[in-house]
Amino acid sequence: MKQFRFVLGIFIGALLLSLPAAAVTTEVCATCAVKSVKDAVLQASPYDTILVRGGTYLENNIIIDKPLVLLGENAPVIDGQYLAGIVEIKSDSVTLRGFVLQNVGLSYTQDFAAIHIGNSDYFVIADNVLKDVFFGIYVQKSDYGLIHQNTISSQAVEEFNSGNGIHIWHCKNITVTGNHLSRLRDGIYLEFVEESLITDNISTNNIRYGLHFMFSNHDDYYDNVFINNGAGVAVMFSKFINMKRNKFLRNWGTASFGLLLKEIYDAEIEQNLFEENTIGVNIEGTNRINYKNNRFVGNGWAVKFTGGCYANIFTGNDFLSNSFDVSYNTKMNDNLFDHNYWSSYAGYDLDKDGIGDVPYRPVKLFSYIVNRTPETIILLRSLFIDILNFSEKVSPVFTPDDLLDTSPSMKIIND
Amino acid sequence: MIEITGLHKKFGKVEVLDSVSLTIADKGIFAILGPNGSGKTTLIKSILGMVIPQQGEIKIDGEVIKGKYDYRKNIDYLPQIARFPDNITVTELINMIKNLRNRQANDTELIDMFGLEPFLDKKLGNLSGGTKQKVNLVLAFMFDSPLLILDEPTTGLDPVSLLHLKDLIRKEREAGKTILITTHIMDFVETMADEIVFLLEGNIYFKGTVAELKQKSDRNDLEHAIATILSENK
Amino acid sequence: MIKVLQYSFYDLIRSRWSYVYFLFYLVLGFALLFLNNSVAKSVITLMNIIIVLTPMIGTIFGVMYFYSSREFTELLLAQPIKRTTIFIGQYLGVSLSLMLSLVIGLGIPFMFYGLWQSAEMANFGLLLLSGSFLTLIFVALAYNIALSNDNKIKGFGYAILVWLFMAVIYDGMFLISLIIFEDYPLDKFTLIATMFNPIDLSRILILLKLDISALLGYTGAIFQKFFGTHAGIFSSLLVLVIWTIIPVYFIARKASKKDF
Repeated sequence: MKQFRFVLGIFIGALLLSLPAAAVTTEVCATCAVKSVKDAVLQASPYDTILVRGGTYLENNIIIDKPLVLLGENAPVIDGQYLAGIVEIKSDSVTLRGFVLQNVGLSYTQDFAAIHIGNSDYFVIADNVLKDVFFGIYVQKSDYGLIHQNTISSQAVEEFNSGNGIHIWHCKNITVTGNHLSRLRDGIYLEFVEESLITDNISTNNIRYGLHFMFSNHDDYYDNVFINNGAGVAVMFSKFINMKRNKFLRNWGTASFGLLLKEIYDAEIEQNLFEENTIGVNIEGTNRINYKNNRFVGNGWAVKFTGGCYANIFTGNDFLSNSFDVSYNTKMNDNLFDHNYWSSYAGYDLDKDGIGDVPYRPVKLFSYIVNRTPETIILLRSLFIDILNFSEKVSPVFTPDDLLDTSPSMKIIND
Repeated sequence: MIEITGLHKKFGKVEVLDSVSLTIADKGIFAILGPNGSGKTTLIKSILGMVIPQQGEIKIDGEVIKGKYDYRKNIDYLPQIARFPDNITVTELINMIKNLRNRQANDTELIDMFGLEPFLDKKLGNLSGGTKQKVNLVLAFMFDSPLLILDEPTTGLDPVSLLHLKDLIRKEREAGKTILITTHIMDFVETMADEIVFLLEGNIYFKGTVAELKQKSDRNDLEHAIATILSENK
Repeated sequence: MIKVLQYSFYDLIRSRWSYVYFLFYLVLGFALLFLNNSVAKSVITLMNIIIVLTPMIGTIFGVMYFYSSREFTELLLAQPIKRTTIFIGQYLGVSLSLMLSLVIGLGIPFMFYGLWQSAEMANFGLLLLSGSFLTLIFVALAYNIALSNDNKIKGFGYAILVWLFMAVIYDGMFLISLIIFEDYPLDKFTLIATMFNPIDLSRILILLKLDISALLGYTGAIFQKFFGTHAGIFSSLLVLVIWTIIPVYFIARKASKKDF
């Protein structure tokens, strides 16, 4: 036991740097002296460790108001019985690890969460399973936190009576990594979050967004997977965001997209995969964004511009088998497409330098028509439309005539 | 017995048959004569059900033929122009018709008579007009039906085959069949026909024996008799 | 009927054009699979070709066969066979031989490339089914045109016109009316307009199976509700059946009134 505590101490110390060596461990189990988590928290002194043994504890509203380490051994279950929130953290330096928290109450006035963190810095929430939650982990005005390898799920059916998996509001320097989120409203929701890192999360089957980003600057999200969410991932009103190596898959449906960008400036979008989304990337009022080495495969629209977008640069991307590669709603163009691979490119490469000798025109007249009158999509792939597209290709009237990839690649760029 | 009453047929504005009534008794050779465009073929095709008249009624053996098809199994027909599918062989054609009729036929005898053996495996598209007409004759005579309708049977035949044809027709008469023939060859009519039906501008101008026609027009040979009729009616 | 059908069928499958048509699909199938190396992508390309080509070939073959088999027809008319039997038999003979060229011509390369293991089998099946329906429908239309026009040139002209109308002009008018009336709810109109053109209907049936249903959903709930369900696919197929039955009925009606 001593050894165990020692290892644990090093581990947590490495994360928090604030755990004093003199801490005491209290055990909680059905046959122990302390039988409930709540009692253990009440009795504990700051920087103590509470070890909860396997079993089911019917508790809610556990308020942690001092720096503590709560460890679950053999996945103890804390069942909130749908009454309220389960754990509320109101102190800096709290660690919660290895629990199963389930059955959070549903409320239309209060944001009940499995774990609620308010004004508390240096928290660690790791290796927990959160089931049947309203909100999963709700963080507000708390900085320097780690949310690691939690599995959060619910049974969300409608937006108005469901909550988000990880909800972060007004925070700085939060790391969200390796979590699995499903069947919630938004998988991860970020609002006014700065300097944070979102990596290796898997967010699927959420009824709204896999990831929802609002008014948050200087954040990075890498290597996440978003599959079959109601509308994909939304990043809005934010600056200096890096989005790399993420996968946006199978977001099919009315007004569905892989990635929605709205009022975003100065972002880097690299090496992402957009596959089988109704709209791969929906772009609205975004400026100075670099799209590099992304793959767009089998989407309805690979990239759809709505609203004024300036100085966006697309290079080295692969556009494979999309119904529409690029769609524009204006004749104006201030964006650059260069050296991408387009599977519907029908040109040739006589000088064998790997670059097509004739420019590719990614905007089809039909995509312009569909933007104007959505019902016309019913004519997709009809002979008449092919003829129409061809004539527009020969002499552009409705589509931007300077929107060209002048050096289309003959080979797929990113394998 | 064929009974035709009040038969009317217009092709567009052209009146081809104008209230034709005619009774053809059983047994014997009946020649249907008339100038070009007098409605001979239309009359024949009406009997066969290939042309559908606007008015009138055709009865064969007391039964109205309109909308029926089964009665045609008692009719053998030789069309005016021998036209066949081009890319099947003579044997295939004969077998096909036999198969469709589902009846016994004496085709080998007829093939022999007209010397068609060397052509049996040839495609019909490669045959000459005369040979096609012989095939046409085989198809028309190979079944033993009580009513025979021959539309210009002599077209394109060589003299030997013509003799064979005459023999065939005589034989059928002796067998007690009814034979309707249209032709322009008066010699043929004179030697063969028991009775003549003369059509003129969609009407029956004359019906009777050759002798009666000669008598009526006061001429000694049939060719002149007909020429007289035609000039009188101009 | 079977006998007539048989003769027309054998007559046609021995003709040069049937071979050309069959070989075309065979080469097309192999070429597409060789170039794309993916059944899924080939199905899309094939759809583009099939919805244009099967109606065109059906129309041309239908008219051509009718005119070139007049002799055969006249021969049959003097036989104790019902008129409708003759024409419906011939019609089925033409349609079946064309359908066979399509199904076998494309089937062989797809078998060869291991279609049975592919998830695209259902889509491919639907593709062949639509192609077959389009053949049935357009041969029937062609037969109607040929029955009403003794003049071959006129008959050919009308037949090509009908194909052109269904394949191109109809969609053009459809598009224009959608744009003109864009301020009105167009769901029902679109749905009905689709039903009135078998080419459009087949195209959408296949597209729906090819996961473009979500794109259609983009336009409004009615499409998704209608086409997205099994009932929708079933009723679309039913409409194709009706599209086949009506012209066939008219063949029978016209045939029993025509003079030869």
